[in-house]
Amino acid sequence: MKLKKTVLLGAVIAGLLGSSLASANEEQFIGLPSYRVGPYAAGGSGLFGGWIDYMQLINERDGGVNGVKLTWEECETEYNNARGVECYERLKKKGSTGNSVFQPVSTGITYSVLEKVPQDKIPMVTIGYGRTDAADGRVFPWVFPMITTYWSQASAIVNYMGQKEGGMDKLKGKKIGLLYHDSAYGKESHAIMDKLAAKHGFEVIKIAVAHPGNEQQSQWLQIRQAKPDYVVLWGWGVMNPTAIKAAAKTGFPREKLIGVWWSGAEEDTIPAGPAAKGFVAAGFNVAGANYPVIADIKKHVYGKNKGNMEDKTRVGSVYYNRGVVHGIITVEAIRKAQEKYGKGKALTGEQVRWGFENLNLDDARLKALGATGFLPPLKITCADHEGPGKVKFQQWDGNQWKVITDWVDSDRPLVRGMIEESAAAYAKEKGIKPRDCSKEG
Amino acid sequence: MLYREAGQFKASYAEDSQIFPIRQDKIGFWVLMLVFGVAVPLLANQYWLKAILIPVLIFSLAAIGLNILTGYAGQLSLGSAAFMAVGAFAAYNFILRIEGMPFLVALVLAGGTAALVGILFGLPSLRIKGFYLAVATLAAQFFIVWALVKFPWFSNNSSSGVVTAQDVTILGYTFATPEAKYILTFLIVAFMALLAKNMVRSSTGRAWMAVRDMDVAAQVIGFRLMRTKLLAFAVSSFYCGVAGALYAYTYIGTVEPEGFNLDLSFKILFMIIIGGVGSIMGSFLGAAFIVLLPIFLDNVIPMIFGDALGAGFVSNFQLIVFGGLIIFFLIVEPHGLARLWQIAKEKLRLWPFPH
Repeated sequence: MKLKKTVLLGAVIAGLLGSSLASANEEQFIGLPSYRVGPYAAGGSGLFGGWIDYMQLINERDGGVNGVKLTWEECETEYNNARGVECYERLKKKGSTGNSVFQPVSTGITYSVLEKVPQDKIPMVTIGYGRTDAADGRVFPWVFPMITTYWSQASAIVNYMGQKEGGMDKLKGKKIGLLYHDSAYGKESHAIMDKLAAKHGFEVIKIAVAHPGNEQQSQWLQIRQAKPDYVVLWGWGVMNPTAIKAAAKTGFPREKLIGVWWSGAEEDTIPAGPAAKGFVAAGFNVAGANYPVIADIKKHVYGKNKGNMEDKTRVGSVYYNRGVVHGIITVEAIRKAQEKYGKGKALTGEQVRWGFENLNLDDARLKALGATGFLPPLKITCADHEGPGKVKFQQWDGNQWKVITDWVDSDRPLVRGMIEESAAAYAKEKGIKPRDCSKEG
Repeated sequence: MLYREAGQFKASYAEDSQIFPIRQDKIGFWVLMLVFGVAVPLLANQYWLKAILIPVLIFSLAAIGLNILTGYAGQLSLGSAAFMAVGAFAAYNFILRIEGMPFLVALVLAGGTAALVGILFGLPSLRIKGFYLAVATLAAQFFIVWALVKFPWFSNNSSSGVVTAQDVTILGYTFATPEAKYILTFLIVAFMALLAKNMVRSSTGRAWMAVRDMDVAAQVIGFRLMRTKLLAFAVSSFYCGVAGALYAYTYIGTVEPEGFNLDLSFKILFMIIIGGVGSIMGSFLGAAFIVLLPIFLDNVIPMIFGDALGAGFVSNFQLIVFGGLIIFFLIVEPHGLARLWQIAKEKLRLWPFPH
């Protein structure tokens, strides 16, 4: 009995020593609050698959970021705020230096941890969702709603319509239908669309679709009566294919039905079948596997049988590529922060935050990453946590998404004005003194 | 052996009608209160306080609310989450719009608002019963969430409909740390649980139970059905409303109407079914079970299987195990965890020499 105990104790100590030796190699921990079950699992599994595959690629091909291996752990949130908070708390102290960045991929969870991240000194990056006015980095130093926000997207969609019509002045007198998911997410479109309508002289017809949106008869009847020139589909989940099918049924041209980036994935068009042909959607990333970065993932990750996707045909789909974008931004911010705080060192969340704030993915850098045209060039500053605010438009040809425009810009001064106004109101309510960006290094 | 009541004599009615007539229970209760009221905030880390203990307490309060209505008064409700939403948004608006509103007063007013809404949606209970009433309360669930999204006034015109809870300040002290928030939640929940326990032991509770067991008979012996049922709705909604306000102010910090959806209502219903219908203690046990089990499985399953199965499978497997365990518990003990505890106590009295 005594011998057995001694042996066991020895084994435990050996195990502890072994694990502490292993962690002597520098590692950077990234907590992933993923959702692979629940109503949004289809998007979640693609996005987190792409993200993990990209980090695996960095580990396999480059041996980590300057030798620092990336480690990660998933925590299932089920897209539920309470579970998201639990995951945030669980992940924040993991790894040798704690969680480097929190990216909830859910607007609800973003709001739930918004006031916790400054206390814990963990940057929060929300790419294409979350709190729009957090783009004002003076008020929200720890939050990065990167690449583009909902408001920029709405503005870019209107600009695209202007392009199609042959000039923004041609939008005068036009009618634009706004078919939105009746939730906080859908209503985010109202203020900006009203502003744009007043500026360009078009009329917005707002039509709500109750969650989940698998029944849209009356809405499309309303659209048929109003005869709008375009319809913006601000949907989510099952609402999207239903809307596309209803559009086909009422004879609304799909070329004039324009989806937002949460409405424009294979998961939205394939269930709609042939009705989806011609449907246009915005996206801050594009679909397709013919980019060097995706080719590298196939070679180095799937070639070694270390890929995360169970269904390999989804590599290169919209959500998968969006995950790769998340991966690229995370890894590049860590790389940038290492330039300041020491190459080959594991960094704290506070240090990685600096990396995000000084992130600069210009054309040359994107080319080196093999991602030219995959996401827009990106430059973050202390004041501007959003970056380019540009989207590309893609059209579904019946089998796959085809990119039909270059990066379409938004009405930056108008959107930025709204962001600053809203952020200032928040700062006043919370008693936050905005940072002076001229003093930031 | 230790758990014997031999030698403990009751000499007065007051002694006989205590909540814990047995001395060992009383000691156990105070030990528990000391552990959770003093030792836990001193010893537990932030993760436990913020992510586990505070939500368990808040959901316990909501479960007590539903238990009063469903377990004691026999009115099935699927609107608990909506009443929580009313409480959360009412507290937010009272504090926002009335200068210098004390937090505890706002909490009571929030509960009161939820109670008024509860009475309104309780009116159909005078005519319809059972599953039909559940459908009527379902209407409350959808209507309230819809109304909170529809009218931007409730969220102070926030563009996304999400509101951020203000700081919690009582008598100049701001409850900012997880420890302080935990103690505040603990005190409020403990106080309200005690209140509920005494309410269900009083004539009010007896009236509810009479209506639950057979409303015609209750009416015949002189209980006023309308008053009794609507009182149950009011008290139940009050508890849910306070739970909702605590959810916003001491737990998540931000609220959006969609957070209080039907899923949450079902979750609270499962809590009382698993914990024990018609039991205050069952509400605590059920809330702990429903909140802790998924987190426990989330930690344990990857440890057992590692990465071999793929992340998607692990997530789905958790749900399968969770559902399976619920069915297992319901088959083994349909009266919930509270009944299991009662059986254990009876066994303990005879231990170690059962007959």
